[in-house]
Order: sequence, then C-alpha cells, then structure tokens
Amino acid sequence: MTAAPCDGSTAPSAGAPARRGRTFALTAALSAALLVGCLLSAGLGAYDIPLGDVLSSLQHRVGLGGQALDRVAESVLWNVRLPRVTLALLVGSSLGCAGALMQGVFGNPLAEPGVIGISSGAAVGAVASIALGLTFFGNWTITVCAFVSGLATVLLVYVLSRSGGRTEVVTLILTGIAVNAFAGALIGLFIFFADNAQITQITFWQLGSLSQATWPKVLAVLPCAALGLLVAPFHARKLDLLALGERPARHLGVDVERLRIVLVLVVALLTAAAVAVAGIISFVGLLVPHLLRMANGPGHRFLVPGSALGGALVLVAGDLAARTVADPAELPLGVLTALFGSPFFFWLLRRTRRRQGGWA
Amino acid sequence: MNPFKALLAPRRRELPFPVPAGSTAAEAAGVGVRLGGRPVLDSVDLTVRAGEVLALVGPNGAGKSTLLAALAADLPVDSGEIRVDGRPATRWTAAELALRRAVLPQSAALAFPFPVEDVVRMGRAPWAGTAREDEDDTVVAAAMAATEVTGFATRPFSALSGGERARVALARALAQSAPLLLLDEPTAALDLRHQELVLRICRERAAAGDAVVVVLHDLGLAAAYADRAVVLHGGRVAVDGPPAEVFTGALLGEVYRQPVEVFPHPRTGVPLVVPKRLA
Repeated sequence: MTAAPCDGSTAPSAGAPARRGRTFALTAALSAALLVGCLLSAGLGAYDIPLGDVLSSLQHRVGLGGQALDRVAESVLWNVRLPRVTLALLVGSSLGCAGALMQGVFGNPLAEPGVIGISSGAAVGAVASIALGLTFFGNWTITVCAFVSGLATVLLVYVLSRSGGRTEVVTLILTGIAVNAFAGALIGLFIFFADNAQITQITFWQLGSLSQATWPKVLAVLPCAALGLLVAPFHARKLDLLALGERPARHLGVDVERLRIVLVLVVALLTAAAVAVAGIISFVGLLVPHLLRMANGPGHRFLVPGSALGGALVLVAGDLAARTVADPAELPLGVLTALFGSPFFFWLLRRTRRRQGGWA
Repeated sequence: MNPFKALLAPRRRELPFPVPAGSTAAEAAGVGVRLGGRPVLDSVDLTVRAGEVLALVGPNGAGKSTLLAALAADLPVDSGEIRVDGRPATRWTAAELALRRAVLPQSAALAFPFPVEDVVRMGRAPWAGTAREDEDDTVVAAAMAATEVTGFATRPFSALSGGERARVALARALAQSAPLLLLDEPTAALDLRHQELVLRICRERAAAGDAVVVVLHDLGLAAAYADRAVVLHGGRVAVDGPPAEVFTGALLGEVYRQPVEVFPHPRTGVPLVVPKRLA
C-alpha cells in the first residue's frame, strides 16, 4: 500500500543539488559581508580606528595575542562602537527574521511588522513606559512593555485581517493603516502628558536610531532577540507547508493552531526587541526576505535564518551609512531605511496588483 | 537518519499498519453537520473499505464535499462519529492522522512560488523522522511520473495552468502514501486524457490495498471506475452500492431533477448516463 503507482520511475530532477549549492554560497556571502560590515563599522566614524587595531584589540580581549590600544581608542571601540554594532546585529536580525515569519504566517508577502502596525503597537508600550516613568523591571522595563503591547497588536491584527482562513492584501494593509493611526494617537497622548526631558527622549527614540547604544541596552534586548531567533528556525518546515493553506497544512500533520500561537509570540518577541532600543525601523523585514526569496526561492529553511543574517547586514551597513554620510551629523537610521524601503514597497504593491489583476 | 534529526522529530507517533483488503479504513456513523445554522449532512452512515474505490456523487449542495471534509477530520461533526483506522478521528493527533489519510482539496493554492518538485515533496512531511523517510526520493519521483508532472518539476507552481496545478496537487496527495485517499473533484480542471489518468491512478491505489474516496460530477467516470457509488441527496445517502445497480434512470432523474437515460455501453456493458435531450 506504500508505493505510489509507478509507471516509469524517473530520477529526481537535478535541481536539488544545484539549489543546495546556491544556498550555501548565499549563506557564505552574507556571512562574509556581515563580518566585513561589522569590522568596518567598528573602525569608521568620528574617531577612526584602523582595521588592524580593531582586530588586535579584539584578539587581546579574548586572549589570543594582539594588544590593547591607547586609552581613548580602546574606550571608543569598546564603549561606543562595539555595543552599537552588536545592537545593530540584534535589531537587524530580529527585524529580518520577524518579517520572514510574518509573511509565512499570514501567507502574504506584504506582511511586515512596520507596515501592518506591529512596530507602532510595540512603540506604544515603549513610549508609555518612558512617559509614565515606569521602572518595575529595571533595565528591561521598556522591552517588556514593548513586548506586551506588541503582542496585543499582533493578535489584534491577526484576528481583524483574516476571513475564512485567508488574509487578503487589501484587508491586511487597511488593518495596518487603522492600527498605525490608533497607535499614533496613543503615542501622541503619552507625549502630551510627558515632561520636556521625556519628550526629547521619546522623539529621538521614535526616529529609529542606534546612537544611544550601550552594553546595558544590548543586555536589555538580548534575551528577547536570542529566544526569538533560536525558536524561529525550528518552525521553518511547517511554514513551508502552511503556504499550501491551513487545511492542507493540517492534512500534512501540522498543528496549525499551535504553530500560529508560537509564531505570533516569536514575532512579538523579535519586534519588541527591535523597537524597544531602536524605535521604529521599517521595511527591513519587508525588503530582506523578498530579496532572498528572489535569489534562492521561498523555502523557509533558508529564508528564516537567512533573513536574520540579511537583516543584520542591512542594519549594520545602514547604521554605518547613517553616521558617516552626513558626517559630523548623524542621520536617523529609521529615516534612512524608510527612504530606501518605501519605493521598494511601492514597487512590490504594483507587482502584486499586476499579478492578481486588481485588488478585487 | 542522523541522530540530530531524530532528536528534533515529533515523538510518540503511532505508525499505521497495513490492513487486509475489505477491512474498514474509515467510517461515518450517524454523522450530522450544520454549517451556518443549516443542516448540510443528516445522519449519514458510510463505510470506506481498504482496496476499494468509492465514488461520492450527487447534485450541487448535496453535501459531498462536506462529507469528504468530515471524513478528513477537517470539520467537527455535530452528531454521530467519524472513525479513521479504527479510532475516533478526534482522538488522533494531527501528525498521526497525516500518516493515515491524504486529502486533495477542490482548489490548490500556494502563497509563495515554490517549484513543483518542492510542492510534491511537501507530501512527504508526515514521514519525517520515521524509517520511511528514506523512501522520499523514490515516492516523490513515482508520484510525479504517475501524474505526468515530471516535465515541469523545476517550474514554479504559480506559473502553471489550472489543470497542471491540479495534477501537482494530486501528486502531493499521492506522495503522502496514506492508506486512505480522499479526493475532492480531482477531475474538475482536467482534460479527457488526464481525467482517465487520475481515475486509473485511483484504481491502482485501490489494487495496492488503499481505500480511495473520490467526489465526482461525471457519472460516466464514476460508473466506469468506482467499485461502489454513494449518491448523496439533500445531506442524506440516497443509495449506496455498485454503480451498475444504483445508477438507474428513475433515481438519478429524481436526485438531479433532470430526466436521464441510462444504458449499457455496447462493448463493455458499463452504464452510460446521458441527460434526456430533445431530438
């Protein structure tokens, strides 16, 4: 009863090994680019540190030879640059990975934390905790608040934008508009009640920037980001099956309800991690998974970890650009990603519309 | 299988055992289903046996797809019980059910442009982490060859025509190698050649010992290929038996509200069903 009817069995097509080769090459290229990006970002800036010195100091700290730099360089590298690079890595990989997961869960390539309002939702929690001066979880307060309100928003969007087991593009985008507007109003309300110092803090944070990076901030988001990034790849194969639709996925043994709950939690964790320290940085979660899908197909086993890697690369490079392009001033990172991301989003909308022959 | 993979695989799944032809693969006992407040199925009794092709026929809205969905454990039943492989469907986990029944939905959609071979390979997901994972390549290749989709294995699913998509979806359901195969209108989008091909595949699967339930609109196909036909009418089983016995002009005329003529094929003797037309 096992054998499918077999009239002339053919060898499996030669596509598989070629694809594996491409996946490997792409992963290697992304990793290499990320490493170079990190080293450059650690060295370049208002106070230049030559690449050799960066490597030497890194070696010194991990006890593999090398030597410490002079006091200023050592301090700039370890107290300013490296926390910033680390934060860019965490935030970028969280955003990229969250984007890939959301697109998989919603079965819709336009889903992204920024576009459909999850980031703004998380931002409400973060702004509230700043404006109300909450400190109940110490260093982690902003992250926890961002997580709670982000989670509530994902659930809300998920419930509101689905009908009959599907999420249509129009419904999703319109829901995003509504959620963004409401979150914007709440944020405005909190700013209204905040004092001047808090307003300054909120405004800078809202623009999306890594300029306030410190090791405690890295620690504040590390658990959230690490947990999300670790859990996500284990659900990649199920996300592939979910692309068939909910019922067919269930026919293939996926516990769809459980998968959804787990992934919604993971998305909330990742978005909260990103938003809590860096404000709203939009479009990274949209752009990165799309480019990777074009380069290497839609299989989530590569896409989910690959998007984390790609997101990290985009953010490290973006942050480097944000603080060197307009030197000595610093562009807000969120402004920069939106500047490049919005036209891409527009193109994507046009393409989706063309393919579907209208929105219906 | 490498030990790391084994560690991550779902645990404690009961694998299905082969059963002799003629034994019950699935059954519906007094099943009633209401959708949107309207009764769609009303105390339906049905036994699906291993080694048999069972055709579900009936007019639009008679409850064919609902009955198939109930057998697939997609729908909660409001009364009665669905049993799959000897146990109430609700008492299997999703992973265990996936080893026991494969379903071909009426329309095949895909959110992302996976290549055809990947789509067919998705059918093997339930076997991940079992000994039969090793058969994946052979089973996938055989399913693609049987449905004649090997030629476009590397093309993205979204670039295919409706009929090609339907065959790829069928290949995926075949690759699942489940002992109960539930097909919802597998011939709807297909040309003549591929309609025949699909029903020949059904026969081969039944000959290999699987139970096959297929929803059909074409009564001629049902008569030619099914061992047993169940005619649904208004959410109830109107008649259940070999097509040659149950496809009568009187019954079909009443159920479909369209006078029909039934006569044996001059060569094979298989009943042909033709609407009564003027001239």
